[in-house]
Amino acid sequence: MVDESSNSPDFPTDGLETNQPQDLAEVLADVEGVGASPQMELPLLAASGLVKNFGGIRAVDNAVIEVAKGSITGLVGPNGAGKTTLFNLLSNFIRSDRGRVLFDGEPIHHLQPHLIARIGMVRTFQVARALSRLSVMDNMLLATQHQTGEKFWNTWFKQKQIRQEEREQRERALDILDSIGLAHMAYEYAGALSGGQRKLLEMGRALMTVPKLILLDEPAAGVNPTLINQICDRILDWNRDGMTFLIIEHNMDVIMSLCDRVWVLAEGRNLASGSPAEIQSNPEVLEAYLGK
Amino acid sequence: MIGYLVSLIIFTATYALFSLGLNLQWGFTGLINFGHVAFMTVGAYTTVLLSVKGVPLVIATVIGAALAAVLGLTLGVSTLRLREDYLAIVTIGASEVVRLIALNEEWLTRGPLGIPNYPLPLEELTRPTLFSKIGMIALWTAIFVLAGWQLVQWMRRRVDRLGREMAVDKKPPVSVMKLIWGAAAVILGLVLYGAGAIALSNYSYKAGLMLLLVTVLALVYWRLEVLVKSPWGRVLKAIREDEEVAKALGKNVFWYKLQALILGGAIAGIAGAFYAWNLTFINPDGFIPLITFQAWIIVVLGGTGNNAGTLLGAVIYWAYYSGTRFLPDLLQALHSIMPVVPVSIDDARLGAFRIMVIGLLLIVLMMARPQGILGKKEELTLGR
Repeated sequence: MVDESSNSPDFPTDGLETNQPQDLAEVLADVEGVGASPQMELPLLAASGLVKNFGGIRAVDNAVIEVAKGSITGLVGPNGAGKTTLFNLLSNFIRSDRGRVLFDGEPIHHLQPHLIARIGMVRTFQVARALSRLSVMDNMLLATQHQTGEKFWNTWFKQKQIRQEEREQRERALDILDSIGLAHMAYEYAGALSGGQRKLLEMGRALMTVPKLILLDEPAAGVNPTLINQICDRILDWNRDGMTFLIIEHNMDVIMSLCDRVWVLAEGRNLASGSPAEIQSNPEVLEAYLGK
Repeated sequence: MIGYLVSLIIFTATYALFSLGLNLQWGFTGLINFGHVAFMTVGAYTTVLLSVKGVPLVIATVIGAALAAVLGLTLGVSTLRLREDYLAIVTIGASEVVRLIALNEEWLTRGPLGIPNYPLPLEELTRPTLFSKIGMIALWTAIFVLAGWQLVQWMRRRVDRLGREMAVDKKPPVSVMKLIWGAAAVILGLVLYGAGAIALSNYSYKAGLMLLLVTVLALVYWRLEVLVKSPWGRVLKAIREDEEVAKALGKNVFWYKLQALILGGAIAGIAGAFYAWNLTFINPDGFIPLITFQAWIIVVLGGTGNNAGTLLGAVIYWAYYSGTRFLPDLLQALHSIMPVVPVSIDDARLGAFRIMVIGLLLIVLMMARPQGILGKKEELTLGR
């Protein structure tokens, strides 16, 4: 879990030309509109003083992060900076040695991972994890929270209610699948999807849980440029509908085009935070990425 | 001959029931349980010991299944947080511990001497009235009609799907081989049905046990099918595929694994009661780890994660096992025609030979059809 993917950071901005610049301009305009409003509110997610040691290595060292309600917040840093570990600490897939995590004002660092997902903070994985031998539809349906049919005894006595719920959820899942362009694959095995489609499926699955906050771990890694645009568009769409995101990403174009605020992590410590423009011109950040 | 078929049906159904429990744990939830026989041991001994003390059989069986479930709970709470391979080691150890307890706690189990003469179900029904005979045959018929109906439905879906695939890739329709297999299944079903019906009309204890067991098997199979197709079953399958994902989507992975272990254990416990009633004598030698692996063979043969496959696996396993029993007779017959053929093999060598051949058959099957007989080929070619 500690090691980052082997992708090299895509920091140089000349990558901008690979995306269509027109779209990007629109995108940036949108982002500014969203970023302006929710500043005064209590942050949806606030973590402070997080520490995690793996043996002698301090993977996360007194990390702080805040995610404002309704924002798209970025988390960047060189490989091995501890971003994924920080995600694991936030979602409690790994227990932190020290520190607190507040979600919607409530402490969650003592909760088990599945309970965190249930109260509305859902995560995806760096390497997309589709449930291969389940259909795409089943992947989606699984994500629904509080299903009657997930309780053993209900499958004996509440068949009718279960069937009703399944019908409703199936429709909702089809809507989401439609929006991520996977509706035609709904009844295929999820294992038959391409890498990029799996990333989309993971996002759709996360949305299916009706969360308040989605943590995306490298949604654009290993995905072709066209699909990256599609992924970004979906994130922006859902954000406009009120969804909050925290995104780890190495692709700086993606970070710059999506995020309202960016946190930079290096060697497990906070290096900087600010608007994408500030981060991009911060000499310390450049140094961390490119070396002295 | 009828008697032999009846006893074969009982063995097959007992193992089918036993393996269904394993299939729930391994095939659907992905738990590597190498100690499944422990649940059977607990179920068998509890039922027998309680019924000897005068507890009614139904209650004794329920308590037996419950204790097997408690064993599942204990095993689960202590080991389910371990990774899969460790679970395998702990469960095989646990099954040996259970057997050794049965072997050494002589005050309870009479140790190696075993327990004979315990109450059996439907024992007092030595001469049923015509009316109850008709009732039993009707029940027997109903089970076979339902099974046949299921088969027809399944075939129809297969043909539909093939039709759709035909439209896409121009593949040939239902192959001749499939038709032959289908016909074989129907003939086998009719033979079993006939044998059972005749056995029930000339009522004997074994015939009654067969009916009871097949009824229980049908009920368990039906419930399991409902369960694995429900959202509950979907969570189990998700855990089999990737438990981290299930966790990230708000599922209590530990609790679902525990439920699978408990339920599979309880089913094996019931299978244990029938095992004891069939043998009419139990001692710890009947509960060696080999039984667990026979269940594994059955599950893998039929196609992991497929309840119908498990039933088919049990039929094939026992058909093979009993078929090769006639090998010496066959050799004798061949010898009289061609003197080159050796006359006979002694029992020990024959036993070893049969095990060897089933190993070979499994290897061949795994090469030709790695997904098992009813498994889906596509599932193996999927990227993770």
